[in-house]
Amino acid sequence: MAETGDRVREWPMPDGATAPTTTAMLTLDGLGVEANGRRGSSRILQDVSFDIAPGEAFGLVGESGCGKSTVALAVMRYLGRGLSLTNGRILFEGRDVAAMATAELRALRGNRIAMVYQDPMSSLNPVMTIGRQLIEVPLLHGETDAAKARARAIAMLGEVRLPDATAMMERYPHQLSGGQQQRVVIAMALMAEPKLLIMDEPTTGLDVTIEAAILDLVTELRAKFGTAILFISHNLGTVARLCDRIGVLYAGRLVETGSIRDVFKAPAHPYTRGLLAALPEHKAPVAGGGHRRLSPIDGTLKAADRARTGCAFAPRCGHVEPVACETRPIALTAVMGDGAHMARCSRLAVVAAAKPSARTSMPAAAANRGQVLLALDKLSKRYDLTGRFGFTSGASIYALSDASMAARAGETLAIVGESGSGKSTLAKVVSGLIPATSGSATLRRAAPHSSAPGGRLREAESPGATEDTGALHTSAPGGRLPTGESPGAMQEEIGTVGVDQRSPDTRRRIQMVFQNPDSTLNPSHSIEFALTRPLRQQRGLSRADAKAEVLKLMERVRLPADLLRRKPHQLSGGQRQRVAVARALAGQPDLIIADEPVSALDVSVQAAIVNLLGELLETGDLALVLISHDLGLVRHMADWVAVMYLGRIVEYGPASQVFAAPFHPYTEALLEAAPKPDPDASAPAIVLKGNMPSPTERLAGCGFASRCPKKIEGVCEREMPPVRQFGAHTIACHRELSGGATTSV
Amino acid sequence: MTEVLPRLETRDADADVGGTRDPWLAVGLRVLTASPIGTIGGVILLFWAIVALFAPWLTAYPPNRIDYLLIADPYPSRAHWLGVDNLGRDMWSRIAHGARTVLTVAPIAVLTAAILGSILGLLAGYRGGWIDALITRIGDTMLAFPKIILYLIIIAKFGASAFNIIAVIGLTSAPIIARIVRAVTLDVKNRDYVAAARMRGESAAYIMLVEILPNVRGPLIVDFFLRLGYTTIAIGVLGFLGVGLPPPDPDWGGMVKETYGLLFVYPHMTLIPCLAISTLVIGFNFLATGLKEAGQDG
Ligand SMILES: Nc1ncnc2c1ncn2[C@@H]1O[C@H](COP(=O)(O)OP(=O)(O)OP(=O)(O)O)[C@@H](O)[C@H]1O
Ligand code: SF4
Ligand code: SF4
Ligand SMILES: [Mg+2]
Repeated sequence: MAETGDRVREWPMPDGATAPTTTAMLTLDGLGVEANGRRGSSRILQDVSFDIAPGEAFGLVGESGCGKSTVALAVMRYLGRGLSLTNGRILFEGRDVAAMATAELRALRGNRIAMVYQDPMSSLNPVMTIGRQLIEVPLLHGETDAAKARARAIAMLGEVRLPDATAMMERYPHQLSGGQQQRVVIAMALMAEPKLLIMDEPTTGLDVTIEAAILDLVTELRAKFGTAILFISHNLGTVARLCDRIGVLYAGRLVETGSIRDVFKAPAHPYTRGLLAALPEHKAPVAGGGHRRLSPIDGTLKAADRARTGCAFAPRCGHVEPVACETRPIALTAVMGDGAHMARCSRLAVVAAAKPSARTSMPAAAANRGQVLLALDKLSKRYDLTGRFGFTSGASIYALSDASMAARAGETLAIVGESGSGKSTLAKVVSGLIPATSGSATLRRAAPHSSAPGGRLREAESPGATEDTGALHTSAPGGRLPTGESPGAMQEEIGTVGVDQRSPDTRRRIQMVFQNPDSTLNPSHSIEFALTRPLRQQRGLSRADAKAEVLKLMERVRLPADLLRRKPHQLSGGQRQRVAVARALAGQPDLIIADEPVSALDVSVQAAIVNLLGELLETGDLALVLISHDLGLVRHMADWVAVMYLGRIVEYGPASQVFAAPFHPYTEALLEAAPKPDPDASAPAIVLKGNMPSPTERLAGCGFASRCPKKIEGVCEREMPPVRQFGAHTIACHRELSGGATTSV
Repeated sequence: MTEVLPRLETRDADADVGGTRDPWLAVGLRVLTASPIGTIGGVILLFWAIVALFAPWLTAYPPNRIDYLLIADPYPSRAHWLGVDNLGRDMWSRIAHGARTVLTVAPIAVLTAAILGSILGLLAGYRGGWIDALITRIGDTMLAFPKIILYLIIIAKFGASAFNIIAVIGLTSAPIIARIVRAVTLDVKNRDYVAAARMRGESAAYIMLVEILPNVRGPLIVDFFLRLGYTTIAIGVLGFLGVGLPPPDPDWGGMVKETYGLLFVYPHMTLIPCLAISTLVIGFNFLATGLKEAGQDG
């Protein structure tokens, strides 16, 4: 009833007479935001100024808790309880957002300014069909013809490249994949034809292929609709691909801003330099875990840093000089006289003269390295869907089919593939959370100082190509126990054994790091409890010992000990994930399965965790199974790579070979799609269209055939591709193998 | 079960400002001040709690002392603030002592229901399968019965006593609580932290009680106070039907029953206990609403 008034009320257009003089779509001028709590107030944002021109994409990066989201919320005037705008102005099309009346604001939000959040489900109503939610947007903003609104909704779903838009309208959000949900949210945001689109980590947690497609989509839509974009991300790669200009936020202050090229090519502020240096090099040769270190930025962002008068980065900065840096506020100054490239540092010249610190690389020599700790042989998992009344409905999901691979001590086995390809199923089977349907997984104990140094040395002498599909496990290097070792306690079948049936020691030996920082820790338990429990329960430590050990664990994952008494919701996502890593380490496992362990972490923190995992590998006893969609990370960490599609391994081999000469069309597409933190990187040549088919039926041919750019008509859909073996490298594809790949034999 | 407080901390106790956990009392106070309706409920309940706790000291006459001489003028007076009842017993004393009864029997009954319901709900939700089917079916069947008839049948069979009232209310409310707990359990058991606990080899009992149950406390505590309200009514109704707590001990429902014939002659005898019941129920309901509101923006 009350709404009808709003429906007809249109946004008062900035009519010609009072047209703003500025050309910027959005101008932030000295923005300051304070949080006022019972325990006093603290500055969240301070002197944040930038503007975005129509059609321009501005990237805002910074680590967790630096205030990125607060900027977005301030623009929408959505600051929550306790947060208030204390300084500066926000001009949207030249009009002060703070001075707007409620009705004006309502017309602004979701209409002239639209927002896309990281979690698509937070913007979607779970009990309403996609169609209704989309149609509502134009209806709320003045459209009266429901049929027209519907037509627009369908067109927009096509625009964001969702297949079968008409059928999609009838679906509920939970029936879509994460990437599809995010597209729906983008479609919803674009329905109102906003002038400014704010995207807060829109692709975080999505697959690279989907991310690439969404970034492509946004670029395209930006060109088409001339929408200005404020793109918030912690991923420098995506920002480099999408944005024209970038702002780096640290402790609520903009520390550097400029064009993408300037900032990436010649970062001026020590923090920006650190961020870029913390990234795995996307051009470096594949190294493998434990061999190379990233350079994380030392220390952590403390909330107290926001209150500093001088440079907020001073506690972590290698160039700090007390008088110049800490006594007075530091203004943004032009870098090398270039007004478009600014940095907030008082010692720019000194910093510029300093050479970036060389990346340390550690020698890796450990006796057990390369020994197979976990060998998977044709491991398969089929979910039988239960219909009503608990009877099987006959339908099955082939989540994992005939997966054979090995995880080796001191090495990283990376598993890559889009969501739904079966990566997590594999993780769950190995961890015992769901037992496999068939096949085997053998957990072995590293034999101390065994003479056979695993598979790596034997690659060269492996037999050449075999057409036999079953040959993978028999000829895969290291796939067999070195003869002469006593079996029995040395190895244990775990594939079809649920976690409840495993022995306590086996359970201790396999640990998992989960992806979602929101559900990885029990919201009711303090951090201390979360870490103490596994120590006491799995390692039988006394209360006092556990307490000391907890402190050590916290140190290892670079968390301050005063977080121990907090509950998970009082931690940032990144901090929670670090606690999860610490919890996995508590039992001193032999095998860690990390399911997207750092996808929720900031670059600087990622580097530290990646280094931490690398250090663990250093001892040569621990094997890491790394599931990740971040191919930069995989490239950095992996010794072995398994590429999965539709439950099958399509390519598997030593990382150096897979990355250097990807053969399988799917691997190629994945590698292409990975965002690179380099403004010169070319846009991906292959962007996969469509979605992975649902794994409910056994396909006769190649699962990738529906999307494969190199499909051989008539063959690929009909016949199962042969698994061919080139040394340690296996490929399942019909394509004739040309020169490059076979030379390794 | 005792640390049943909904999460109230605001979005992020800021890295520097937040930190230590708040003492129990401070959190409680924050709940009460977070929503006005909760504050009103809290004040009402505080009043009744004080009355119940200090009844012997707040009253001048024993609740059961009969004084027929007073019946001539039973209205409230300086000596008898709320007047006397049909037997000349001091109304204030009976109301205050009646509060003791209600405020002992109702919480114990609801706590019984909460414990029983939580165990059943956890088992049903976590175990699933036939255990779930069995518990759910039995619960549904019980809920399909008109409650008051169940009360009457059981109390008629086993006699009216505080213990039987607690047992009967505990039993009949448990299925609803089980339903709440089961729903949350079904969600929580799929969280990664439960997977982590399973991978550690924690027992099912540990997972249910330590990993899952604490996450139910939000909805559970709101239900707890709402249920206290219902139970207050139920005890009143049982008293009114003459199957409540055995006389002569004061019981608000019983007081209404004994005097409602005189409603148009001496209305205060009936209306005062009615008012007592209503305010107590309103107090419980308001507090539940307040807790819900406080929990929502927590
Ligand atoms: N309502 C609030 N009261 C007090 N402090 C708050 C409030 N909301 C946010 N903050 C603080 O403001 C800081 C910035 O928060 P914000 O959510 O903008 O960070 P972010 O950069 O988006 O982090 P992330 O990448 O983890 O989402 C954080 O330290 C947070 O603790
Ligand atoms: S101002 Fe000083 S402390 Fe801050 S970034 Fe520059 S050199 Fe480092
Ligand atoms: S088998 Fe055919 S469809 Fe499958 S990946 Fe190879 S070329 Fe493409
Ligand atoms: Mg954020």
